[in-house]
Amino acid sequence: MKPAAAILVAFVAALSTAPAYADARRDAKAQVDFGINVAQRGLWREAIYRWEKATQIDPTYAAAFNDLGIGYEHEGDLTKARKAYEKALELDPNNQQIRQNYELFKEINDRTSSKEK
Amino acid sequence: MTGPAPKRSSAGLQTCRRAVLVAFTAAVSVLALACGPDYYEIPIETPIQPKLDVSPFQRVLVAGFISGGSEDVDANQETVRLLRSQLRTKSQLKVIDADILPLMEIAQDQTKAAGAVDEPSSGAHEGGQQTTVQTTPTADRPAQDKTMALSNKIKNEKDLEPYERLFANTAYWKRIGEEYQNPLIVTGTVLFVPDSKSGYVQRDEEIIDSFGRRVVRPVRQYMERKGFILRPKFVFIDGRTGATMYSESHREEILYNAQQNTPALSSYFELMDRIVPNFLSALSSQKIKGTRVLLK
Repeated sequence: MKPAAAILVAFVAALSTAPAYADARRDAKAQVDFGINVAQRGLWREAIYRWEKATQIDPTYAAAFNDLGIGYEHEGDLTKARKAYEKALELDPNNQQIRQNYELFKEINDRTSSKEK
Repeated sequence: MTGPAPKRSSAGLQTCRRAVLVAFTAAVSVLALACGPDYYEIPIETPIQPKLDVSPFQRVLVAGFISGGSEDVDANQETVRLLRSQLRTKSQLKVIDADILPLMEIAQDQTKAAGAVDEPSSGAHEGGQQTTVQTTPTADRPAQDKTMALSNKIKNEKDLEPYERLFANTAYWKRIGEEYQNPLIVTGTVLFVPDSKSGYVQRDEEIIDSFGRRVVRPVRQYMERKGFILRPKFVFIDGRTGATMYSESHREEILYNAQQNTPALSSYFELMDRIVPNFLSALSSQKIKGTRVLLK
């Protein structure tokens, strides 16, 4: 195959996968938006369900993991919250808002787990 | 009949431009509203499960504390009062109103009694300040006890350490438990000691610059500071068996400007205020309020 043809094939392949990725992000974003909406009205279980769904649709969506971490934290599931925050930071290590949420979470988590016996 | 088209006046042109500008601004605003912000601050309440299973208990006895340090505060009395009042409002357990146990004296009596039983002639007194006796392990005392040196005046952690054997005396605590119908017993040690530290501290200073503007800048200044350190250790004992269920230690300190005259009691409460939520979280579920940022 000539180099020009190879480039063309690669370009077409990239174009064909891009919409799929964009679709996943769009669907995940819709779930995240809905989750935020219901969380603001105090419906945290529904919000968690939506954010879990968002992370399944798009496992690279840092914001969805961040929101999920907050949801788990609010429900008192600190182990799951830690995992979700850490995943969010892994995906977007420079996001200051995620980092701030994680630091605040850690403060509570460390305080409650500092047992002597 | 036709004539030349009238020229658009400059006022008309300006109106037209203004209309375009308004339309553009409106369009941008609508777009911004449609997109919305990318983050939302949301208040959350994190429920914290209690560290202890207190379901077998209906009552709690804050028995007393072995205390030392500053003489300005009776840390035993104040700690018992504070914890009882907190437990009354923030716990499901019924708080037993009983006389505060003088645990320091009890520990000393137990030591003397043990010494009298084991080695009647070995009650060594050093200038009336310490009670030192050799003991052998019994049901009431742990096997590791070799030499007990109970200082009559507790000034530091070293003085406090030998007293902690009292919490391992299951027979004693079981007896106390039976007396109060098997409650959860809260006891421990409290050390409240004065502290002073000198060194450079950074603080903000407000100055007027050459242009007459008010400017805040950080300055390092040598300061002599005085304050207190509070080190409580809470011991939770099962009143049915006399055994220790759980214990936790804390350390908080506060420093003031040396010129500031803060009463010891107010410092004690300020420091206890930081520790009490942790104490309560051992017994009852707590909700910690905070704010987080939801992202889109």
